[in-house]
Order: sequence, then C-alpha cells, then structure tokens
Amino acid sequence: MTTAALDRLDPQARAAARGWSDIKIRNMFIIPTILFLIVFNIFPLLYSLGYSFTDFRASVNAPASFIGLENYRRLLSDPNIWRNFTVTAKYVIVSVGGQMIVGFGVALLLNRAFPFKGFVTTLLLLPMMMSMAVVGLFWKLLYDPSWGIINYALGLGRFDWLSNPDMALYAVAITDIWMWSPFVMLLSLAGLSAVPKHLYEAAAIDRASSWYTFTRITLPLVSPLLLIALIFRTMEAFKSFDLPFIMSGQPTTEVIAIRLYKMAFQEWQTGLSCALAYIMLIVVIAITNVYIKYLNRVKER
Amino acid sequence: MAAVQTSRQRLANRLAIAAVIVVTLIFLAPIYWIGSTAFKPRALATTVPPTVLFQPEITPFIKLFTKRVQLTRPVEEEVYEAAPWWERRIYDGGERVLRVGDSVQLSGYPDRFKNSLIVAVTSTLLAVSMGTLTAYGFSRFRVPGEQDWLFFILSTRMLPPVVVAIPMFLMYRAVGMTDTHIGLIILYTAFNLSFSVWLMKGFIDEIPKEYEEAALVDGYTRMQAFFKIVLPEATTGIAATAVFCFITAWNEYAFALMLTNRDAQTAPPFIPAQVGSGLTDWTAIAAGTFLFLLPVAIFTFLLRNHLLRGMSFGAIRK
Repeated sequence: MTTAALDRLDPQARAAARGWSDIKIRNMFIIPTILFLIVFNIFPLLYSLGYSFTDFRASVNAPASFIGLENYRRLLSDPNIWRNFTVTAKYVIVSVGGQMIVGFGVALLLNRAFPFKGFVTTLLLLPMMMSMAVVGLFWKLLYDPSWGIINYALGLGRFDWLSNPDMALYAVAITDIWMWSPFVMLLSLAGLSAVPKHLYEAAAIDRASSWYTFTRITLPLVSPLLLIALIFRTMEAFKSFDLPFIMSGQPTTEVIAIRLYKMAFQEWQTGLSCALAYIMLIVVIAITNVYIKYLNRVKER
Repeated sequence: MAAVQTSRQRLANRLAIAAVIVVTLIFLAPIYWIGSTAFKPRALATTVPPTVLFQPEITPFIKLFTKRVQLTRPVEEEVYEAAPWWERRIYDGGERVLRVGDSVQLSGYPDRFKNSLIVAVTSTLLAVSMGTLTAYGFSRFRVPGEQDWLFFILSTRMLPPVVVAIPMFLMYRAVGMTDTHIGLIILYTAFNLSFSVWLMKGFIDEIPKEYEEAALVDGYTRMQAFFKIVLPEATTGIAATAVFCFITAWNEYAFALMLTNRDAQTAPPFIPAQVGSGLTDWTAIAAGTFLFLLPVAIFTFLLRNHLLRGMSFGAIRK
C-alpha cells in the first residue's frame, strides 16, 4: 500500500499495517491467561472428577478401580456428612447474619461527618485484611478460659469457649464476625453515601418519622449492595476452613471443608474425597452464579 | 436540613459519634493485644488479670529468631558478662541460646518469612502482568463471547482451596513439585489472576480510548501505544491491584498447609504450629504475628481509597 492509501484508512487499520494486527495482540494478551487458568484450575478438576468414580487411595500403591457412583451414594447416605453440612449451615447463618447486622449497624453510625472519619474507617477495615490463620490463632489466646481478656472483660470467670462443644461454633463465628463485618460495613457505606441528599431533605420537610425515612428511603437504596455483601459472605462462609480448623478441633465445628481436608489428607480416601469435593463444588458454583449476576446488575447502574 | 439542626438531632449525632468511638476500641482491642503481647516480658503475657500497662521490651523478637533451651542451673557469671546484650536477655529469662560452634542457631521463622516473601512477590508479579495484558485485551478489542469468558475467569477465583488442592497435590506429587516454591507460586498466580483481570479491566476501561487513538494517528503502533500511553495512565490501578494480590498471597493458609511442609512452607501454616502444650511462649508467637501482620496494616492504609473497588472485584467504583 502506498502512503496515500494508508492515510485514508482509520488509525486502527494504519497502526495494524505498521505493527502487529489488533487480532494478534488481542490473542497474545488474552489466550495465555485463559490457558493458564484451564491448565491449573479446570484440568485438575477434571482429573479429580475422574477419581471421584474410583476407590483410589493416594497412600497405597494399588491401581484405582472404577466403582461408578458408589462414592456419591455412600456420601449422600452418610449421616455424618449430613451433620457436617448442618454444622456448615449453622456457621453460615450465625456468622453471616452477625456480619450483616454489625456491619450495617456500624455503617449507619459512621454515615455522618466527624473528625478523622477517613482514618477511623480505615482502622475499622483492618481486621478483614489480615491472615485468618494467624488471627484465629491469636483469638485462641483471647478466648483462653483462665487468662483470656474476653472472659476478664465480660466478667465471665473461667467460662469455656473453644473446648466447650456447645459454644465452640459460636466462638469461631464471633471471630469471623469480627473479621468480616468490616466488609459489610464498607459496602454499606458506599450504598449510604450514594443516597441522594435531597430525598432526606424532602422527607424532613414532610416531617416523616426517622423510622419511615429509614425503611422507605435508606433501606431500598442500600439493599442492592447489602445483597452483594450477603451473597459474597455466604459463599465465603460456606467454604470456611482456616478459622474453624485453627481455632477448634471440636466435632461441633467440623464444617464441610474440614471434613474434606481430613478425608483427603489424613484418611487418604482420595476417590471418596474427590466425590465430596464435587458435591461442595456444585453448591459453590450455584452461589457464584447468583453472585456474579447481581454484581453485573449493580455494575450496570 | 443543612445548617439548622434541632437539639434532638444534635444529641443523636453526639451519641452516634460516642458509639463510633466505643465500636472502634472494641474492634481494635484484639489487634492491640497482639501488638502489646509482642513487647511483653514472658511472665506478663498470661497473667490474671491481664496486664495492660507494662515496660515494653524487645526480648520476644530475639526469641523469635533464635533456638533456645531451658537452663537447668544458673549461668556462670563470666559467661553472662561475656555475652552480647541480646543474649543476656535470654539468660535473664532462664534460657540459653543454642549454638553450633560459634554461630547462633536460628529458629524456623526467618526461612518461613523468606518463603512467604518469595512466593507472594513472584506470584503477584505474574498475576498482575498477565492480568493487565488480559484486561487490556478485553477492554479494547472485540472478543467473541466476552461476558462468558469474563464469567469463567471470575468463577475460578471462587473455587474452594481444598477442592483444588486435592488434584493439585496428586499432580505435584507425580512430578515432584510438592513442597516447592514454584508449586505454590503457580497456585497463587492462578488464584490472583482472575482478580487481577477484573480489577484491571475496571481501571483500563476508565482510560479514554481517545488517548491511544491520538497516538495511533501520530504513528505509534498498537504495542507502542499500549506501553507508552496506557500503562503509564494505569499505574495507580496496577499498584493497587498488586498490593491486593500480595496481601492475598501473603495471607493464604489452606494451599500452603496442604502442599508444603518444610522447604517451601510459608509463615501462615508455620506460626500456628508453634503453639504446643501449656508452656507455649506467647510473646515469641506474638512477635512473629506482629511482624507478619505489620506489612498488611501498612498496605491497608496505602490502599484505603481502593479497598471498596478491590473487595468488589472492580464492580463498585467511586
């Protein structure tokens, strides 16, 4: 092509004529990432799908033999697994419920002008940035029946938190609430600051009660972000492993991820654990779908 | 409502601010407890009632990095006098620093911190560079099935670590990659890659296309425009994404627990393993925890304006 011909083309086409084409650059930029994720995430999952139909044990040298859906049948008819799912559900409800209440409540408190607001907000966000394993370890010291500061501060004497089967799950959930309420708070603050001021002014002129203002103006406008926080935290709480694993060895805190870990890496029932992993995966994918749908909806606003 | 506030509203406002102060103190108490235990004499770490005010000392950090044994009888005076100041602190606590020949034996901590750094920094560099390129690809070019690909990329982030770790363990074992840095780096890169693509796409979408088009008109190739126009404009976004990826990798526990045990073990599985029977020295553990949490706390303040965006995978801007 002559220079004159090039000049008549649009800038993209001209750039393409000089260097690599846009299509080539696009493929070079995108395909490695997709391939990386397929090789290191999807391929392993297919690998374990295969094992979920076998009686393979990674600890012995015997070849795996195909047993069809036997693993899935065994798991779904095992009352212990259902108990693990019940524990997980209880943990999700207590900790996510607590996070929503505390997080939204603190956001309502913070949603006003006061000195050092940015600094205080950042301080409150610190817990969620920290390592769950290390923080969980330290909460064990805080919960200690004889010298822990929690019993001392609340005047509970030698109250047993983590080694008490009835209390352990709530104790772990309280730590989870401490860590993740800031996340709900962060999203709630974004929602609250986006509520147009003139709505409140109009409500004040109409002498609307503060309850009416809260339920008819604040809540409806913040609810999309609250919903995102709820779904995301539900998904994360369902996958919980670090906190309950570090903090407590009680059967009453054995959530499904811990059962899966023990089955795979302590009992070496590899085939069976792959099947349980798939049962867990189906639940996670279902929640993920809902989450991303809502995320996109909020994004479009 | 602007300037006119009724006395009732003013009272409500003051009560709310008082409540904010109380809530903040409650939220920070556990963090204060970690920090203060890291500077306590051992005897004050587990007292009843808890010790809040004390003379801070550096001994827990000396213990953190050394291997020690309990003294069976008091140390000889000339040995004590000849010892450097930090070693005397250990003698004062009724312990002796272990040596091989002349050199002090180090505890497991320095190696674990080094491993954490190697793994977190390398995986962050990989995830952010690949993520930035991919985000640019999705942001500027027509990609068939774009929404489906982006959904696929994000969904890999949601996989439970235990579920992925089982097959990865079998595969790593088959090729001899368990307990290696590279094994963890690959997993952390994969985990952070989806996050980095989503976050960077938001940042790059905000850079006006006209900047590059002007450069293309001026005779730049597409690659030159990317490196000389887009990347400099995206610096803030890249830095924020990198800090998020680093924190995620730095904090990660489950993969490290299942796929490493010695050589490549990072700090999160190592620190809890130091807690044994009733004789646990919490001051040294607190010192390790303090050093481990410090970079994250600093980064949180640097990131404060991007936290919302990062935690929502770039979906919520502002």
